[in-house]
Amino acid sequence: MKFSDQLEQRFSTMVTHYPTKRSVLVPMLLYIQDEVGALTDEAIHEIAQRTELSDLEVRNVISYYSMLRTRPVGKYNFQVCTNVSCLLRGADDIFEHCKKKLGIGNKESTPDGLFLLEEVECIGACSWAPALMMNYEFHENLTPAKIDELIDGLKKKEEQ
Amino acid sequence: MAYLVSHPDEVKVVSKRFGMGATNLDRYLELDGYKAVQKAISMGADAIINEVKASNLRGRGGAGFPTGLKWSFVPKQSAKPKYVLCNGDESEPGTCKDRLIFEHDPHAVIEGVMIAALAVGAKSGYIYLRGEYRYLLEIMEKAVADAYARGFIGKNIFGSGVDLDIFTHSGAGAYEVGEESALMESLEGKRGIPRIRPPFPAVVGLWGGPTVINNAETLASVPHIILGGDEWFANLGTPRNGGTRLFCMSGELERPGVYELPMGYNLKKMIYDVSGGMSKGRNLKGVVPGGSSVQILTADEIDVAMDFDSMMKAGSMLGSGGVIVLDDQMCIVRFALRVTKFYQHESCGWCIPCREGTDWMKKTLTRFHAGGGVAKDIDNLKYLAENMLGRTFCPLGDAAAMPIISYIQKFRKEFEDHLDGKPCPYEKAAEAALV
Repeated sequence: MKFSDQLEQRFSTMVTHYPTKRSVLVPMLLYIQDEVGALTDEAIHEIAQRTELSDLEVRNVISYYSMLRTRPVGKYNFQVCTNVSCLLRGADDIFEHCKKKLGIGNKESTPDGLFLLEEVECIGACSWAPALMMNYEFHENLTPAKIDELIDGLKKKEEQ
Repeated sequence: MAYLVSHPDEVKVVSKRFGMGATNLDRYLELDGYKAVQKAISMGADAIINEVKASNLRGRGGAGFPTGLKWSFVPKQSAKPKYVLCNGDESEPGTCKDRLIFEHDPHAVIEGVMIAALAVGAKSGYIYLRGEYRYLLEIMEKAVADAYARGFIGKNIFGSGVDLDIFTHSGAGAYEVGEESALMESLEGKRGIPRIRPPFPAVVGLWGGPTVINNAETLASVPHIILGGDEWFANLGTPRNGGTRLFCMSGELERPGVYELPMGYNLKKMIYDVSGGMSKGRNLKGVVPGGSSVQILTADEIDVAMDFDSMMKAGSMLGSGGVIVLDDQMCIVRFALRVTKFYQHESCGWCIPCREGTDWMKKTLTRFHAGGGVAKDIDNLKYLAENMLGRTFCPLGDAAAMPIISYIQKFRKEFEDHLDGKPCPYEKAAEAALV
């Protein structure tokens, strides 16, 4: 895999920040995933070469971090927090509502590949619970109506 | 963007620039920005450490270790480079305070890292943010770039002859990485498996060099101590517990939010006055006062001062400042199950008591809450948890065990009410609660 200009620039800057090359690994994997959509075999091989690691060592790191994925996810990833602060403010109902609205279950994608739904651990929105994260975007103080609005808005955007 | 709240009892120190546009460097300078680091340069390393020691600042990540003392453990002479590492992996359930600091006052974090670096003789500082905090990483990246552009960081900072670099670094989803030794592993590009201690990071840390690791709120407090003085800061709080604390109020409250209150503020007042009491006509059942890892307090036990020592005396911990308020519609078994599910998910599997213990607790609680519990499960759960305590490299094992033991000790009847195949008697919709 050839790095895009943006990734190339990220890498060449970051690698100067640490005494060892592999220190760039965790953030770089995330940046690659954001651009490519998943950590493909080619992407893993590329970053392994650059950090002087084996592909297996890179995979070993990937498997530890919950945000890193080797398979593509949806265009819009709905990550609903159901941890305690959200639970206390009705996260279970929120998660159920998302399932119904999208017609999919936990860790499933819609057939068109647009939406992925996932139950996640605490995202740091406890005082504004219940909350979800959609592609790094926080959505807080959720209600079923807010979720409908969000999903309908995205669907509309896709139709245009 | 996180919403800001306010209450007359607040004492705004760390939060004093929140909502004032301090992400802009010029605005930050107007609000006394980068004055503390210049003062620190004129003070010298020993005086900085003494000032922070005398301020009674204690680690805001959860453990409450005295910050000045931690800094003093770093050897003066070291063959290997020394480092400062800002822990912004905020992941403790119930905790959402560092987010506000990064969002509203990123330069205060940078200044805190700089002062820590001056105190211990480090030439590089890293600011590690959890991967989910991408918008905050962007704010921090810009703040660092702006500070470089003005020459505030880099070569010869403020004419001191000291070179100091600061870098931002993103995680990729891992609670355990908030533990200091796992954090270093992660920064080094590895799985976040904790390291055995000793040696402690102050002696052997990042890439083998002496390393100071502090929570973002701890570091953001430091510039205020340097400018305001140790005595002022110490007097804001209670003996041995200096300053203020960002308390993250969550649960069915009238006014949940993050409030900055003096150390030692009364927990009951925090719930009923500051946060406006319970909402939706609910009653208070219990309070988890310091993030999900700490022991629960019953409704009768909350007339206590919120500082590290008072909370220990009350049988819990001040922890990360995440005050989780449980109402009477929350089943304690359901709550225990969700907490355990979290730790089971986050356990890295390195230490067997944690890996196996969290898994068995989750299995038992799942069955138990679904009505398949037998009487001996209750003691078995407690026995499992007790055997995890103190038997793991990092505190995740303790964090998973301590709350469960406390739930059983204090709410045993609620566990017993689930026996004999009865549906959960505490929830309006028990079937929805099955995980």
